[in-house]
Amino acid sequence: MIDIDATDRALLRALTVDATQSASALGRKLGLSQPATWRRLKRLREGGAIARQRVDLDLAALGFGVTVFLGVSLAAKGRVSLADFERAVSAIPEVQTVQHVLGLYDYRLRVVARDLSDFERILRRRILTLPGIGAVDANVLLSEERLPGPL
Amino acid sequence: MRLDDSDRRLLRQLIAAPEAATSDLAERAGLTEPTCWRRLERLRATGILRGQCAVINWRALGYQVEVSLRLTLDKTDPRAFDDFIARARLVPEVLEIQTFLGRVDVRLNLIARDMAHYQQIYRDRILTLPHIADLEALMHLSDIKAEESLPL
Repeated sequence: MIDIDATDRALLRALTVDATQSASALGRKLGLSQPATWRRLKRLREGGAIARQRVDLDLAALGFGVTVFLGVSLAAKGRVSLADFERAVSAIPEVQTVQHVLGLYDYRLRVVARDLSDFERILRRRILTLPGIGAVDANVLLSEERLPGPL
Repeated sequence: MRLDDSDRRLLRQLIAAPEAATSDLAERAGLTEPTCWRRLERLRATGILRGQCAVINWRALGYQVEVSLRLTLDKTDPRAFDDFIARARLVPEVLEIQTFLGRVDVRLNLIARDMAHYQQIYRDRILTLPHIADLEALMHLSDIKAEESLPL
């Protein structure tokens, strides 16, 4: 775990808005010198505070009009290999994210599709044919907002 | 704006390696650097490419618990969604608010330092949100695929 102060928090908050900002631009915003900003960024990166960068795209403009979240339960626990299921589901191009969860479902999938009939095709041909698949619960995304979190 | 094969290749490479320098990106997408730069500018100008954001590794910052809270709201009140979302935004540990068409109305993605902290947020900040009819929690164990790839 890495300890961060108020200035680090402000830096991280700025990077969650735009990760492409240079150390000098970030420094100017926060009233820090460029070397000081650079040292802090280096420490945050080395401490693993930033997982990765996310490319923010207008999915509708790219022709992906529908995002569906699927809650997936495995049919025969113990008999199917989790690794086999995870490999197969991760290889589906329309499946954007796969989370292993504990609760009502085993996995949570984020799926993009051009429209609802395209989603039906993906569900029938790709999802329902996965090894060990059991019950599937679908919810169509209407709106989404990301918040900065406790920074 | 119509995308051609080069645009799609460029976006695929950008999603796969957002940190890459324009010169690396150009090479991977099979474009010259000026062409790559021009195409990126055009994707930004048309609003398709909104930007690139850092994703925080909350575990590294001491947040060990991540929970997906799936809620149904009491929809007899027409302001249920607006009221609920406005109040949920004020909970600092809420990272995402999504609304759905389906069995679930709203989902909150919530983080906490540990189970005791989660219990405290759940009791003091979540159960006190307005118009909740029912809720269930999914504990997040691990990310199997996280990069939000697209079938471009």
